[in-house]
Amino acid sequence: MAKATFDTPELQEFVDVPALEEGTMAHIKSYVVNNPDHNTDLGFPGELVDDWHEKTLEKMADLCSRYRSFQVYLDACVKCGSCTDKCHYYLGTKDPKNMPVGRQDLLRKVYRRYFTFAGKYFPKLVGAEDLTRETLDEWYSYFHQCSQCRRCSVFCPYGIDTAEISMAAREILDSIGYGQKYCNEIIAKVHKIGNNLGLPGPAIENTLEGLEEDVEDETGVVVKFPLDVKGSDILLVTPSADFFAEPHVDGLIGYGKVFHEAGVSWTLSTTASEAGNFGMFIGSYENMRRVSMRIRQAATELGVKRIVFGECGHAWRIAYAFLNTLAGPFDDLDPNYPVPQHICEFTNDLIEQGKLNLDKSGNDDMTITFHDSCNVARATRMGDKPGGQFEIPRAVIKAVCNNYVDMDHNTIGEKTYCCGGGGGLLTDDLMEIRVKGALPRMTALNNAIKDHGVTHLAAICAICKSQFTKVMPYYGMDMDQIVSVHQLVSNAIILTGQQTEEDEDDQESEE
Amino acid sequence: MSTVYALLFIVATLVLVIGLARKIAKYAKVPAPLKIPTTPAPVTQTGVVLRMFREVVFFESLFKSTKWTWIFSWMFHLGLLLVLLRHVRYFMDSVWLPIELIQPFGMYAGFAMVAGLGGLFVRRIFVDRVRYISAPSDYLWLILLGFIGFSGLMMSFVVHTDIVAVKQFFTGIWTFSGGALPVDLPLLVHITLVIVLMLLFPFSKLLHAPGIFFSPSRNQVDNPREKRHIVPWAKALEENEKN
Repeated sequence: MAKATFDTPELQEFVDVPALEEGTMAHIKSYVVNNPDHNTDLGFPGELVDDWHEKTLEKMADLCSRYRSFQVYLDACVKCGSCTDKCHYYLGTKDPKNMPVGRQDLLRKVYRRYFTFAGKYFPKLVGAEDLTRETLDEWYSYFHQCSQCRRCSVFCPYGIDTAEISMAAREILDSIGYGQKYCNEIIAKVHKIGNNLGLPGPAIENTLEGLEEDVEDETGVVVKFPLDVKGSDILLVTPSADFFAEPHVDGLIGYGKVFHEAGVSWTLSTTASEAGNFGMFIGSYENMRRVSMRIRQAATELGVKRIVFGECGHAWRIAYAFLNTLAGPFDDLDPNYPVPQHICEFTNDLIEQGKLNLDKSGNDDMTITFHDSCNVARATRMGDKPGGQFEIPRAVIKAVCNNYVDMDHNTIGEKTYCCGGGGGLLTDDLMEIRVKGALPRMTALNNAIKDHGVTHLAAICAICKSQFTKVMPYYGMDMDQIVSVHQLVSNAIILTGQQTEEDEDDQESEE
Repeated sequence: MSTVYALLFIVATLVLVIGLARKIAKYAKVPAPLKIPTTPAPVTQTGVVLRMFREVVFFESLFKSTKWTWIFSWMFHLGLLLVLLRHVRYFMDSVWLPIELIQPFGMYAGFAMVAGLGGLFVRRIFVDRVRYISAPSDYLWLILLGFIGFSGLMMSFVVHTDIVAVKQFFTGIWTFSGGALPVDLPLLVHITLVIVLMLLFPFSKLLHAPGIFFSPSRNQVDNPREKRHIVPWAKALEENEKN
């Protein structure tokens, strides 16, 4: 593939709202499914069907009857414009079709034309347009330039959520056989092999054994990373990136150490070796459910009492907000714990109970700031109070490191900027939109670097971590400036029986 | 002439009420299969009611996003509310005390309403992003509402209308026993445009008024781990898989 050429936006002090420039991102089109099996495995037609016009409208009617969000959001928008400067993709690209309302309107104008009185009889007046072959291409382009981060939904007076519309648009496209390669190939892989990366059981086992050796070499303590152990108390479900790449795997080591110190029995599962659920990205309830059922099945087969999720953003949304609906009820699990629990909740509980021996100086070589991952921030919770998803990860970080600062308050918490790679965009063919979409986050980070000497960005989402690893170098930063929160925990935790440097010094002097 | 207006007014009322009722019934009937509140969201039903109250009364989210739009739209909506409350007296024989008390504010609220609409109109023209997303109807609504406000103000402050006759007309409208509608231009313009507004309301973006109450990102309780949320079609899907 020829390397895409584009200019990385220059970092300024602020992210100015750009004057709009039509069509700057019209050329962006991620690969369409090229292996029909990847569509049919998901229950969609293998390729674009001949009667797509009719089928598209049928699907829209179906969505109108099944999703209140779809119907209400398409009707309620008043074009007030308050979302127009809220999307990181618009801010980074100037393309008005990347404004949340601009993106929604690609679908809304067709909805109006065929499903509303005004659009049927006075299309010009209300901006309704016919459905054409070009419409589909435009949907394909622009609805795959949305990370479903929901920042716009925070600011909309009616809570209109572009994520819902872009999921719907993708479901429509899939239902007529016009699927995106990246998402559909991955979902097909999960259905077949069990995880997004297509790692077979033996590969995972091998990785885990390697981790055990690494931890033992480093600390002198045997920390187990169990796989498929029946009768364990806890099933850990984590994104497959955690088995595979930096900095994810350092996070996995962190979870292992925390479980070890908690003295609980835990296990990973080969069948549920993936927390991510791309079914959501394509808006398919059926696929989301199918992917979720693997976790339910693994929990039953292994006879666990609790389910804990590793660091992942959209995955935590599906786990927290949808798992009970999709694959519940979970009456057979221990009712004393929420199902599922986030690893940060788990670790924070231990910290609060004083059960972890933490040496903050283990992270003294870093000044940390925290990136609130979009779907954790705006679609989930941790703990039992609203906003726990902001406080708990920060509490964990502050418990394990001495140097912590927040980025500008307008760019964190519920107003957090997306990393630019979520929602099915983490593919090389979309690199231009990923880099440009990261501009607001990179700007805030750059300011924190300049003003507060921040050296590292911590995140609790596999996609954020992968995206930043790739994108940071475009902005003159290092790829290893992105770290896992549990990597920080891992650096600070002193395992029971672990030899510290002082012990070693003592031993040496005795000798 | 008066009879024509009486008929038109009755038709417009029916269209408005039935049209809205049908839309609301539709929104209520369509299920929301997944929990999608925009977080941080309230974890109790009371919390949701409070959140919705802040949205409807203070436009909380809009306040967070764009101060100018918030100022203008809040001026408009609050002005409109006061004006509408003031109008209640034209439809009832013995006027309630609260409506009496509101009269002086209602008079001037008309200015806030028109000014707010003006601000929104100017924004629509001069902010390139808002201009880009505007269809002709988006401007027309502002113009329509603006003329309704303007003609109303004309009657209050410039060409006084015989409001006793107007009241007689409206209180008697259902029995066709009411008096004749005074023939003066601002009043006829005012009433004609209001009838247009009522006729178009259920087919327009003004559906944001009922819509907001049905917005899942705002009206859902954030308790998916505590309580299983499943809608009939999803339940059926599950049962089908078992068989």
